[in-house]
Amino acid sequence: MTALSNASGGQAPRFDSPRAVAGSLRGAGYLADDGMAAVVFLADRLGKPVLVEGPAGTGKTQLAKSVAEMTGSRLIRLQCYEGLDEAKALYEWNYKKQLLRIQAEQVTAEGETWEQLEQDIFSEPFLMPRPLLEAIRAPGPVVLLIDEVDRVEVETEALLLEVLSDYQVSVPELGTVRATQIPLVFLTSNNTRELSEALKRRCLFLHLDYPGTEREREIVLAKVEGIKPALADQVVRTVALVRSLELKKPPSVSETLDWARTLVLLGVSHLDAEVAKSTLQVLLKHQSDIQRASKELSTSVG
Amino acid sequence: MSDVSSAEEVIGGGLFGVFADFFSELRNAGVPVSTTEALDAMEALRHIPLEDREALKHGLAAALVKQEGHWRAFEALFEVYFSVHAGLVGAAGEEGPVNLGPQGEGLTPSELAELAYKALMEGDAEALAGLAHAAVSRFAGMEPGRPVGGSYYVFKTLRQLQADALLDRLLSAAQETGGLEGLVLAEEYRRRLERLKEEISAEVNRRLVAERGPEEVARAMRRPLPEDVDFMHLARDELAALQRTVEPLARRLAVHMARKRRRRNEGRLDFRATMRRSLSSGGAPADPRFKARQRSKPELWVLADISGSVAAFARFTLQLVYALSSQFARTRSWAFIDGIDEVTDLLRGADDMAQAVRSINNQAEVIWNEGHSDYGHALSELVERWGRELTSRTTVIILGDARNNYHAAHTWAVAELARRSRQVWWLNPEPQAYWDTGDSLLAQYGAHCTGVHECRNLRQLRLFVEQLP
Repeated sequence: MTALSNASGGQAPRFDSPRAVAGSLRGAGYLADDGMAAVVFLADRLGKPVLVEGPAGTGKTQLAKSVAEMTGSRLIRLQCYEGLDEAKALYEWNYKKQLLRIQAEQVTAEGETWEQLEQDIFSEPFLMPRPLLEAIRAPGPVVLLIDEVDRVEVETEALLLEVLSDYQVSVPELGTVRATQIPLVFLTSNNTRELSEALKRRCLFLHLDYPGTEREREIVLAKVEGIKPALADQVVRTVALVRSLELKKPPSVSETLDWARTLVLLGVSHLDAEVAKSTLQVLLKHQSDIQRASKELSTSVG
Repeated sequence: MSDVSSAEEVIGGGLFGVFADFFSELRNAGVPVSTTEALDAMEALRHIPLEDREALKHGLAAALVKQEGHWRAFEALFEVYFSVHAGLVGAAGEEGPVNLGPQGEGLTPSELAELAYKALMEGDAEALAGLAHAAVSRFAGMEPGRPVGGSYYVFKTLRQLQADALLDRLLSAAQETGGLEGLVLAEEYRRRLERLKEEISAEVNRRLVAERGPEEVARAMRRPLPEDVDFMHLARDELAALQRTVEPLARRLAVHMARKRRRRNEGRLDFRATMRRSLSSGGAPADPRFKARQRSKPELWVLADISGSVAAFARFTLQLVYALSSQFARTRSWAFIDGIDEVTDLLRGADDMAQAVRSINNQAEVIWNEGHSDYGHALSELVERWGRELTSRTTVIILGDARNNYHAAHTWAVAELARRSRQVWWLNPEPQAYWDTGDSLLAQYGAHCTGVHECRNLRQLRLFVEQLP
């Protein structure tokens, strides 16, 4: 067990307790539930990355941003996409600059040996650090956000493994770069494919679902200016009803917020079926979903 | 925070055994807990204040549960294992009963039902928990040593509480409110009643654990994960759970298929683009470019046996296929029993699968003679009526158990399908051991197919779709 407890590298813990995490997240404008607070707390104590999974628009990316804000860390973001490779994720040598350097050499024709030149062009000034290397080398506190990791191919995932398990990057020409402090790492996934077992094993897992009515009401009250508590209550309860239908894309938190803002702008103080139906296109994005929901809202209880 | 009991002492003090049991029971339930993950969970215990039970639950889950579908199994087992050991970890067992006041003891069933009605109306979580406790004490009639499962007690409690009548009352109250508010309330009442049912079942489990120990209760609770549930024996709630997993699964599979198609698209060297790129590296073609090859999407024909024995299987497969229809140039489907009829339009016009199944049962002419599966007749009719529309780009998938009720086999029909199309796959919801027993003609038909797959659950269905070229 001793070997494991050193995983956090003897770094001073950032938080006292899960509750303290929830408190400071609230201070940063993010309303976290028990699960999120516990996982963020553990991520710091165990020095492990957090894999955040869940439907789009439930605040996965925002969680990382808010953690960065509350700990006063720099946020470094790696946006994943199909075809992401080492050169875009880890580091790249600046070929053009190296070429210029070699050509400049020929012009000035100073008697420099090839070895000297080689050493020179594979050194710091010619290196272009990409997000992963940057996060490892950063002197100050860092939150690393690896966004939509499910978009990269399985083979590319392997690239992340070295960084995420040992917090180090090997650059053959320079040697191994080790992290001076362990960054808090968040990976987000929309679950468009199964991630590899190896990656999952290294991470703590957090599933973010649509929030409960109470939490969503708080979020609406905090984020939508000038909304009356009564309307906020109606909005989130109606959204809960809409989510219970079988829809292609149930409304996310951000869509709830958009809807609430729209209603405030329209000067609605009381939500009824007619108003709800005429503004559904803010909440739902698929035509068939809109039809389905407005049919449901026109029925009576039975 | 000073009185946090150190996990180290606790682990040293015998709780280690509890955790070992907990992990192995998780594995039994189908949650793959690796050694690393188990160690992570133990490590997490060091840091989380043990009094904070919610944090403990979520902390352990973060280390152990890496798939959303496994969460329910984890939660149920957590409740079982960490309620008897309440003295050591958290204050689980004690938090449950909320005092219903002095009248809590001698309530008549109707008074208790009245209390339940009020609690459901107001949606007070604590009152519901207290109510579950009282209802189980009053109605379940749990006696030590009775050899019955927990679900019997849950059923008994719910019946005495008249859960169905309660829901009717709540819904008619919602109806009186009317309008949007009424709809919202109706949904909320339904959800709260579900919640009450869960509370009752948790309460029953808690008591069973106290009596029989966690291992036995956990063993009785073992249920397959949604994707492992057998299509042929679906319970009602399993059907609903499975229904919810189809849509996300289809989304994942669609991405998978699109990627597979794109990845294989690298064709010949694109000389012009390569030369243009090479300018930035001083004329050296360091970054070759390739032309994308156009690959056409296959056309899909699905033939589904919808007779009683395999209907559920046909339903899920059709649902999955339709959710995937963007991945095919065209999807057509036929339903058959002993006659066969095209149902492509019925499926497309439907809002959801339940409606589609109803309209297939009402409108499609799938019965020719007696209404027992007759693969031979159905397939030969398909070949005769629609066979000419098959092309070399068509993939045919046949869903069924190949049980022909001793009618003529007409194997030539499958051979003809195979000759005119690109591929013919046969998916059978029966266990492989039953194939070719009794009236099953799978081997005869299968001989002409590209492949025959056992497809008893969603996992096997997913694996099949993933391997489709």
